[in-house]
Amino acid sequence: MPVAAQLIEATKKYGSIEALRGVSLEIELGDVVAMLGPNGAGKTTSISLLLGLRKPTSGKALLFGLSPYHLDARTRVGVMLQESGIPAMLKVREIVDLFRSYYPKPMSSDRAIAMAGLEEKAGALVKELSGGQRQRLYFALAVCGDPEVLFLDEPTVGMDVEGRRSFIERIAEFANLGRTVVLTTHYLEEADQLAKRVVVIDRGVVIADASPQEIKSRVAGKRVRFKAGNLSERDLEGLPVTTTTITDHSVQLLTNQPESVLRELFRKGIDISDLEVSGADLEDAFISLTSHQGTG
Amino acid sequence: MMAVATVARAPILPMLVRQTGAEFLKLWRVPAFSITSLVLPVMFYAFIGIGQSSQNIFPGVKFGSYFLASMAVYAVANVMIFSFGISVATERGMKMDVLMRATPMPPWVYLLSKCITALAFAGLTLVVLFPFAYIAGNVRIDASEWATLAYRVLLGSIPFIALGFAIGYLSGPNSAVAVINLIYLPTAFASGLFFPKQLLPSFIQSISPYLPLHFFGQLGWDAIGAPTDGNVTTDWIYLIGYGVAFFALALWAYRREEGRKFS
Repeated sequence: MPVAAQLIEATKKYGSIEALRGVSLEIELGDVVAMLGPNGAGKTTSISLLLGLRKPTSGKALLFGLSPYHLDARTRVGVMLQESGIPAMLKVREIVDLFRSYYPKPMSSDRAIAMAGLEEKAGALVKELSGGQRQRLYFALAVCGDPEVLFLDEPTVGMDVEGRRSFIERIAEFANLGRTVVLTTHYLEEADQLAKRVVVIDRGVVIADASPQEIKSRVAGKRVRFKAGNLSERDLEGLPVTTTTITDHSVQLLTNQPESVLRELFRKGIDISDLEVSGADLEDAFISLTSHQGTG
Repeated sequence: MMAVATVARAPILPMLVRQTGAEFLKLWRVPAFSITSLVLPVMFYAFIGIGQSSQNIFPGVKFGSYFLASMAVYAVANVMIFSFGISVATERGMKMDVLMRATPMPPWVYLLSKCITALAFAGLTLVVLFPFAYIAGNVRIDASEWATLAYRVLLGSIPFIALGFAIGYLSGPNSAVAVINLIYLPTAFASGLFFPKQLLPSFIQSISPYLPLHFFGQLGWDAIGAPTDGNVTTDWIYLIGYGVAFFALALWAYRREEGRKFS
């Protein structure tokens, strides 16, 4: 497949902070890619380089083989950014029509507004929209040019669960037209619902690039915490545990199979109290992914 | 394999028309801007101009027409500085420029649409001011004098577009109004737009002949037949000089912002 967007050994420094430390990435036409990572991992920076909103400190960013500053490249791309404003005193349809005029073959404004679910707000001023509606308007502006590639930087940030779910469906609807979608998120479930490919970024480097299924299997799903007086590191050998922290008598494990781990520990006669099993959050998941890579 | 881009771009003219329409609506729907720029000059004219409009300020020149020229200059420069200064500063503050930059709209379309909008608004202020002066101020000047005044103030306002743009890039969204008022109002007074210069304190009279609004004002006063300190050609040359300086300042401010935000 032809390459739509590409980072080659890209690094980015903001003053002394290294936001990207050598990222190479190829996004092919038709890919639906989720860039996953905690805050500050370098997701937004990667997208900014690909869109020409930032310049790489070293390395290269290419859109359709061109510099992202080239209008021929931008013409094929729709964008939804995290922090950007739109004029408060324009009506929804007016601003959609304005953005449509930037593209050679836009979709109809009715269709763009419908894809964003804003039919009832088409005549409303931007300043009258709620936060969620505004977010959907940004989506309408991103798709209205009928772009080949859609970039979405944390499109569901600040939404509730229901809002996120329906928004992901709207993105999926666009992806199903055969378009390329690149989105950043810090929700693994979003990446899982939408993407065929997940690129995990942490501290400015790509630490995993695989299908959502593969990523999920490598990420520890549960956190197990308990107190045990007589546990030693050796007791855990051979158990399906990704990360272990033992401080004094408090033990914390990350694992995908908490049941079998605990069954084995009980069988060994470990004295367990204050047992707590919870879903691992993304931070934990990344720790386990990183350590996974480190150990092989 | 790289996808080779052989891409049609959107036609420029419809884009420019849409962009200009949007820029106009953005300003028109903000009463703080649209009402003040249309009503303020008329109000000043009513307060200061009407009462003594039939008196001669110079032999053969009525105060009513002299002050019409003053207010035309004031109104038009006001629109240029405010519409640019405030809208650019606000849009930067709201990071509208970031999203615009990611679209395939060429930046010059955005700029040109703002210039056209500002000129259209400036034209509107004259459409309101001229009939008001004719009816309420009983101003009777030749058709050619009306026309000369209109084209001179519209053409002469262009350097102030660059000034507004520079202020928009140099000041923040909250400070732009204050900065503009601090610069614009005093220089409008010092240039004799509200009161004849002879009434101003002497130290202000000594700076006055170097102010950009002074040259702009002279072009207006000359248009309705009032005597001025210089001749029209030197007024234009000074105004062009200021325009070049303001434009250079605006360009510098724009590049500075580019370097900060998009590098």
